[in-house]
Amino acid sequence: MSGYFILAILALAFLVTFQIAKASEYVSVLKGEEKTFQQNNRINAFLFIVFLVLGLIGAWWCNDLFFKKTLLAHPAASDHGEKIDKMLWLTLGVTGLVFFLTQILLFWFAFKYQYTEKRKAYYFAHSNKLELIWTVVPAIFLTLLVGLGLFYWFKITGDAPKDAQLVEITGKQFNWMMRYPGKDGVFGRKNYRLTDASNGNALGVDWEDGSSHDDLESTEMHLVVNKPVQLVINAQDVIHDVGLPHFRMKMDAVPGIPTTLWFTPKYTTAKMKEITGDKDFVYEIACDQMCGSGHYSMKGLIIVETQEEYDKWIATQKPQYLTVKAAQTEASPKVVADTLKTTAVPASAKPIAQNTQH
Amino acid sequence: MSSESIHHGQQGVAAASSHDLHEEHHHHHGEESFISKYVFSQDHKMIAKQFLITGMIWAIIGGLFSVIFRLQLGYPEMTFPFLEDIFGKWAVGGRISNEFYYALVTMHGTILVFFVLTAGLSGTFANFLIPLQIGARDMASPFLNMLSYWFFFLASVIMFSSLFIQTGPAAGGWTIYPPLSALGQASEGSKLGMDFWLVSMAMFIVSSLLGGLNYISTILNMRTKGMTMTRMPLTIWAIFFTAVLGVLSFPVLLSGAILLLFDRNLGTSFYLSEIVVKGEILPNEGGSAILFQHLFWFLGHPEVYIILMPALGMVSEVMSVNSRKPIFGYLAMVGSLFAIAILAFLVWAHHMFVTGLNPFLGAFFVLLTLLIAVPSAIKVFNWLTTLWRGNLRFTPAMLFAIGFVSLFISGGLTGIFLGNSTLDIHLHDTYFVVAHFHIVMGVASFFGMFAGVYHWFPKMYGRYMNNTMAYIHFWVTLVGAYLIFWPMHYAGLAGMPRRYTDYSNWHSFNMFADMNRFISTVAMIVFAVQLLFVFNFFYSIWKGRKVTTKNPWGSNTLEWTTPIRPGHGNWPGEIPEVHRWPYDYGKDGRDYISQIEPIGEGESHH
Ligand SMILES: [Cu+2]
Ligand SMILES: [Cu+2]
Repeated sequence: MSGYFILAILALAFLVTFQIAKASEYVSVLKGEEKTFQQNNRINAFLFIVFLVLGLIGAWWCNDLFFKKTLLAHPAASDHGEKIDKMLWLTLGVTGLVFFLTQILLFWFAFKYQYTEKRKAYYFAHSNKLELIWTVVPAIFLTLLVGLGLFYWFKITGDAPKDAQLVEITGKQFNWMMRYPGKDGVFGRKNYRLTDASNGNALGVDWEDGSSHDDLESTEMHLVVNKPVQLVINAQDVIHDVGLPHFRMKMDAVPGIPTTLWFTPKYTTAKMKEITGDKDFVYEIACDQMCGSGHYSMKGLIIVETQEEYDKWIATQKPQYLTVKAAQTEASPKVVADTLKTTAVPASAKPIAQNTQH
Repeated sequence: MSSESIHHGQQGVAAASSHDLHEEHHHHHGEESFISKYVFSQDHKMIAKQFLITGMIWAIIGGLFSVIFRLQLGYPEMTFPFLEDIFGKWAVGGRISNEFYYALVTMHGTILVFFVLTAGLSGTFANFLIPLQIGARDMASPFLNMLSYWFFFLASVIMFSSLFIQTGPAAGGWTIYPPLSALGQASEGSKLGMDFWLVSMAMFIVSSLLGGLNYISTILNMRTKGMTMTRMPLTIWAIFFTAVLGVLSFPVLLSGAILLLFDRNLGTSFYLSEIVVKGEILPNEGGSAILFQHLFWFLGHPEVYIILMPALGMVSEVMSVNSRKPIFGYLAMVGSLFAIAILAFLVWAHHMFVTGLNPFLGAFFVLLTLLIAVPSAIKVFNWLTTLWRGNLRFTPAMLFAIGFVSLFISGGLTGIFLGNSTLDIHLHDTYFVVAHFHIVMGVASFFGMFAGVYHWFPKMYGRYMNNTMAYIHFWVTLVGAYLIFWPMHYAGLAGMPRRYTDYSNWHSFNMFADMNRFISTVAMIVFAVQLLFVFNFFYSIWKGRKVTTKNPWGSNTLEWTTPIRPGHGNWPGEIPEVHRWPYDYGKDGRDYISQIEPIGEGESHH
């Protein structure tokens, strides 16, 4: 019902506009084209100045409304993020200056040099000096931005520190899966053909590789504050992207081609709640690459905590290998015997022993 | 019919033809059938109108799609039962399904980028302006030109029919990255709809190659006597570089699309490796999903200049005419177009900074990308200087030209953020990107197109468009464009990802619900005003005020030396000879001096 109402109003507005437009054309014929042209010209020139003034006020108002909702209102939660924010502010400064300068000139000129019978346009075809100025000055500013940008870029994309914690994150339609290398610090080998989610091997880990036996799998990512972390990023089906807005980091997850990124989280989740004044604050992982109909819901969680809290959490985790093995034993001992023969016979007992010893 | 056209082509080359021949051809055209005049026409002016009107139809469809998905974004908690009436299973309960949302977004992008702003914009103005402004009777090959339109039409038919496939049209974004676009299991839109998309694009590429080769050869070979390259209007320079970009980069997209078709249908593994989709383990190994992105963006980046450059040219022309002043720094304007065209080929990987690209390689792409800001700055300052001390006439075309410069500045400056890899890590695929490219290549190019339509409408149809409607169109669109896209930068700075159907479950992004509602409302108003433009366009074809003089804008270029309604062949007599550059406005106290006027005795040098 309201739909038709809106349509009717639209049609009416259309009709009125059209009638006014037609009438104004008749009036212009009566008044003389020259006179109408001059009148219209003055109105449009005036509107340009109005647009400039209201635009500047609007920009200020918009900033007032939204700035506090951006990430720039709070410190970045990682060391890389701090660099990126610095670069962002610098770029904002330079481009902001150019923006206001050129927009004000544009609309001011439009107003100032509007048509009058009195003025003759000034024949000014070129000036090498002026053109040189606005080639060289932007070039200098850009050199600055490129130089600093690349300086940070190489820092951010450089090698992770040796002591960085390793976490593997794998995207699939439409969730994230994490893996921790366990005490040995080495991820077990994977083979995508072994992927079998219904039997506890959603990541396609090759249980034959002994270093997989202490690997932990989780749906959340736990990180230690002030400790560098390197993410090893995988995707199973289509391209996803690990987007970490608060840490200002992002990296695609590409099937068949593992990628990495590293950063050092600076604030625990609890601290971030204080900083942002938001008691529900969470670090979210947002998928930033269109990956299908559930793309918008592909969310992961990161919990940044102190070393003690982290140790407590990790102690409660059970290696995926043990879970799988336990499930298989329970389901059918015979089958387990068979599968273990082919998958993990030589190492089936040893790594567990290692785990308990260390 | 075809022999007649070849005949024109030869005349164009010779640039000299007898009056007898021309009387004959007028007589002949008087009897032309409806089909050969309006449908399978080989007259470049008619083909231009075909491109324009097809583009306008596509623009309405593409724009309408954005209105529909903005309904979902702006009012996620509301239902719109009329949507179910129209779209059935795609909008059950009056809510747009996720698949449908992504199909709409994908089609919106594809339609606007390729069918409207490439075919509709360059197709229209390259066809219309090249022969008229360089002094030729028609294109080098009017027949290929006609084919170019009909391949575009075929591409349009295929793309349009994909909207009615049971599994829907392509839905993986206009960039159709595999593996998503390669695997039917991964998305409904990657089923039959994707094949239609690829075949349609292949036809589109054929169309654009036929057109582009024709534009280049016409500009290089068929200029009238005295029309040296440096006497060409900037529109022609811009179209020339556009055509070169298209001819060199579209084939790369074609190869990418064909390989994707192979991966989809023939079991090859160009883009696929180690994939488990919905629990199914695929045999493909050794391909690279990133390869496609290189192929895609090797066209995709030049594509944004293919869209933008004709607008750059038309704005320069319209601005000079209506400032009654020469364009400032003609050679610098040509040089900057050239620089932009060259750089366009060398920056594609700036779309791929976060794909795991080698950071060292990335550094070169940062440098080359930010270099584009230099020629862009030259253009902006040259436009400003063109306005400075001019005597500005605010025709609708001039309004859009000034609006274009404003948008080009706003959208260009945010390119400096995104081209810098350090910032791109943070801003990549957020609303910052959406704001950036909609302003600089979407709305700005539309402004260039509107400037062109309002300016050359009298030449196309011998009538004017209605000014009052044009003014309303301009002011609402300019204000609306800023209201829609300015706030999006803030969402981008909050890291809000693009291409999400619904943000309400995200703690990090759900604070922009009000903003989204506001944007959706403005978008609907702006869309309605575009319909006013379309109405004005068609109404004015038949009912507009009649043009009574050959040269209504007091313009120097050659198209205004033709009759008010030029026939096929453009000039009834000989093609005029050119004696000067096209920007002698306000020289030696004279309002304008047409290109066909010989240099006077005591005329000053500029
Ligand atoms: Cu995803
Ligand atoms: Cu690009």
